[in-house]
Amino acid sequence: MNGIHDLGGMHGLGPVVREENEPVFREEWERHVFAVLNLTLAAGQYNVDELRHAIERMDPARYLQTSYYEHWLHAAEDLLDAKGVVTREELLRRAAEITQRSSAAASGTSHSQVSGAPSGSRAPGAGRLPSE
Amino acid sequence: MKPHGTHTDPPPSPALRVQALESLLIEKGLIDPGAIDEIVELFEHRIGPRNGARVVAHAWSDPRYKERLLANGTQAIAELGIGGMQGEDMVVLENTPRVHNVVVCTLCSCYPWPTLGLPPNWYKSAPYRARIVIEPRRVLAELGLELAAETEVRVWDSNAEIRYMVLPMRPAGTEGWSEERLAALVSRDAMIGTAVPTIEPRGGASPR
Repeated sequence: MNGIHDLGGMHGLGPVVREENEPVFREEWERHVFAVLNLTLAAGQYNVDELRHAIERMDPARYLQTSYYEHWLHAAEDLLDAKGVVTREELLRRAAEITQRSSAAASGTSHSQVSGAPSGSRAPGAGRLPSE
Repeated sequence: MKPHGTHTDPPPSPALRVQALESLLIEKGLIDPGAIDEIVELFEHRIGPRNGARVVAHAWSDPRYKERLLANGTQAIAELGIGGMQGEDMVVLENTPRVHNVVVCTLCSCYPWPTLGLPPNWYKSAPYRARIVIEPRRVLAELGLELAAETEVRVWDSNAEIRYMVLPMRPAGTEGWSEERLAALVSRDAMIGTAVPTIEPRGGASPR
């Protein structure tokens, strides 16, 4: 199937920019996307071909504007929603909860770390982003 | 940090989205929180181009190993204890004075993880994927590799299964070197095919 992912031979995309000594992951969230994808794959939630196809179905303009790990994240969200494992509604609700919690923590106490879940949180995993 | 979150806000950032997804998957018992740090640590610090460099140095030192490597990459690489995800179907391409090989994945960013680690950003970028297949000499020159006009360039586009790795030419003047010393000459880019090993240090302190 041809689509935006079929980039071979396309003109006008600019120079190849190479950065010396770049880190394996640029941002903390990329580590988590990498891990979540591989762990859900290993757990059999989907296979690599399904993942690739989910990326290929992305909106073409968005595909070009987003990074590799955003493609992965999109694919995971899309497939887990389609399979009813984690629905989009659940995801948005949880994202809103996390945001509310961290802003409450920021204004209320000295615990202003963005990713830190306050103790007693309902989401056991949300607060344990490994520190750099 | 975003000031507040409601359903009418702009779409959440990737950082927030993955945090939400991860917490839900953990809560549902579908992923093990301990495994997250483990897999990140593995690919950030333990699996990388040093693995591939060991394979190359061994092939340079042992002609019989080189034969096996070119005949069945996956098996020969496994002899050195290297293998796994995204390295199940390895094909090793030998550079010669007449042929230079370079690897791409135009459709996504497939890459031989067990030997090279995770791909650099430029390899995943749209410009590299688009251009290396139509103007390889120009892209290679931009990346600092000028090839002789008579050298044939072969560009290998990964498919869903096959993962390629280039076996570069051993630099002259390295006769009698130990495998360890040879491996230090082999950069990640030399195994992608966008550089060649040399015994002259090229500016940067660490090999790419």
